[in-house]
Amino acid sequence: MSILINKATKVICQGFTGKQGTFHSQQTLDYGTQLVGGVTPGRGGDTHLGLPVFDSVEQAVQTTGAEASVIYVPPFYAADAILEAFDAGIKVIVCITEGIPVLHMLRVKAAMAGTDTVLIGPNCPGVITPGECKIGIMPGFIHQPGKVGIVSRSGTLTYEAVHQTTREGLGQSTCVGIGGDPIHGMNFIDVISRFQADDETHGIVMVGEIGGSEEEDAAEYIKAHVTKPVVGYIAGQTAPPGKRMGHAGAIVTGGKGTAAGKIAAMKAAGVDVVSSPTEIGVAMKKALG
Amino acid sequence: MNIHEYQAKQLFKLYGIAVPDGLPAESPVHAEQVARELGGSAWAVKAQVHAGGRGKAGGVTIAKSYDDIAEFSRKILGSHLVTKQTGPEGLPVEMVFVEKTSQIDKEFYLSCLVDRGSERVIFIASSAGGMDIEEVAETSPDQIVTFEVSPAAGLQPYQCRNVAFAFGFKGDQLKKLEKIMSGMYTLLLEKDANQIEINPLVTTDTGDLLALDAKINFDDNALAAHADITAMRDAGQEDEKEHKAQQHGLNYITLDGTIGCMVNGAGLAMATMDLVKLKGGKPANFLDVGGGASTERVAEAFKLILSDKNVKAVLVNIFGGIVKCDIIAEGILAAVKEVGVNVPVVVRLEGTNAPAGRKILSESGLNLIAAEDLAVAAEQIVALAEGV
Repeated sequence: MSILINKATKVICQGFTGKQGTFHSQQTLDYGTQLVGGVTPGRGGDTHLGLPVFDSVEQAVQTTGAEASVIYVPPFYAADAILEAFDAGIKVIVCITEGIPVLHMLRVKAAMAGTDTVLIGPNCPGVITPGECKIGIMPGFIHQPGKVGIVSRSGTLTYEAVHQTTREGLGQSTCVGIGGDPIHGMNFIDVISRFQADDETHGIVMVGEIGGSEEEDAAEYIKAHVTKPVVGYIAGQTAPPGKRMGHAGAIVTGGKGTAAGKIAAMKAAGVDVVSSPTEIGVAMKKALG
Repeated sequence: MNIHEYQAKQLFKLYGIAVPDGLPAESPVHAEQVARELGGSAWAVKAQVHAGGRGKAGGVTIAKSYDDIAEFSRKILGSHLVTKQTGPEGLPVEMVFVEKTSQIDKEFYLSCLVDRGSERVIFIASSAGGMDIEEVAETSPDQIVTFEVSPAAGLQPYQCRNVAFAFGFKGDQLKKLEKIMSGMYTLLLEKDANQIEINPLVTTDTGDLLALDAKINFDDNALAAHADITAMRDAGQEDEKEHKAQQHGLNYITLDGTIGCMVNGAGLAMATMDLVKLKGGKPANFLDVGGGASTERVAEAFKLILSDKNVKAVLVNIFGGIVKCDIIAEGILAAVKEVGVNVPVVVRLEGTNAPAGRKILSESGLNLIAAEDLAVAAEQIVALAEGV
């Protein structure tokens, strides 16, 4: 068991023949993911990386039976790509693209509201079930099949958590990068609730950062519904207020979204919040005995 | 991106939001001249800086004569205005905005913004105008009205009327407020603003509504679609190093410590700053070199970090994923040689080919310390920064 994706998941890539799409699709194939084709409008009928290219997601889905899609298209075209995948019946949409205007995402989320389609990202590394399926830009080799579920707003901090849980011999069930944008797809609660229900996930690592209130909301949820041990880390304790720290969503405004507030809420919910990002693996090892 | 009040008010006019008559000026003579053009007997003269709290900081005056205007402009132009939002060094005043004054009856607060929690455009209104909205939210939340706009239906007249009733408006003031609110909503959508704030919105003795102040923040991710907005950028109001970083595609924020930080990834960059602090040091900056960490980017990043004279040591923290650590190490070496780095540098490399990368650094003969462990690297850098 794992969440969201496994070795049976058929994946297509939107923006398949572009530089990013080509590079990461090759990495994905090398990892063993069932990548079954790609979409580049106007290039339908071509073969790329030994796989069929389609003009539209609808054609790709009809021909290949794909249920997941990964998006590497430029920011101003990404909303269109997400909605095309949604419309074609893709169940798990992973958007890697960074720099999408927030109003585009506001409209995308409104269009997808109330459906069971899962959107991961944008501005994220993607999702991986180690040893089975990698969808995104994360380096596959640092992962190891195992029992920790990882959810994070940051790419390289996810890799830290992965690296440490691998080093401790724990491994990961599934790792989800939910992305650094203010309006995005799956949130902490969406992922944590799946980890709680997943038999193979024994412990949960949650990596947050300044901005917004999703960590606080997740803390409430954890308090009420989560029985598995949760280790947390929040980045941005030294970030000056009012400044956007690289991620569009990482900003403290009007005294809201501070690291201190998030840490307090998570601690109150029983989360073991480590003060250093280097202690995530050790803390999880201790929690799982 | 932020713009000046006078620029925001130009946009307000385009979108049918009533503002007082006003003109910007770059010199005392020019300020006097625009006041004559505007006519009247009293004017508000306001320093144009990208920060709030100008009034309390002495950046705004009510002038009763042309001489008053020239005198205030002489004093304020070319100076740095320090407000509670600017930091101790303040922001340069290169422009004043001269406006005709009105007889103010009451002051209100009105803003329109993209709310990440509800994933909607929302309005915030308060009858406590002229005050910091966060302060009002703290002390008298009952004075604040908030509502969401449906992305499908758009802003509805009844929503504007509800605000008007909360403000105690009557008669044609209802229509006037609706016009202002629909102007704000359309402006936000068409120009990709994150937030539009009018504080205060005033009623005059003649029953008119006017936006007395105007603040707009735009979505940086959408600027490529708006050449007119991008042209309003005033780099003089931005931190010089931050502006330069932006031109090189680097994410850089100036801080006041002594330890320069160069990291790949925004989350890890924040975590590295936090770790430096945790180990007793003070970070000099936030810097995300991006996933690639190529020689050119690393070289530019070193130049930026070292242009800060407070920097006594540099911590490089790279988690090599797709990009291999030996390649990154070569890039760091090339950059250090090119830039001529003269402070100690601790490099923590982890990920693909990390041992090979560390070997390249250790054998370089340069003032580079290769660290395996991030916690150890942070301790080393703090000790080095203190030792210098």
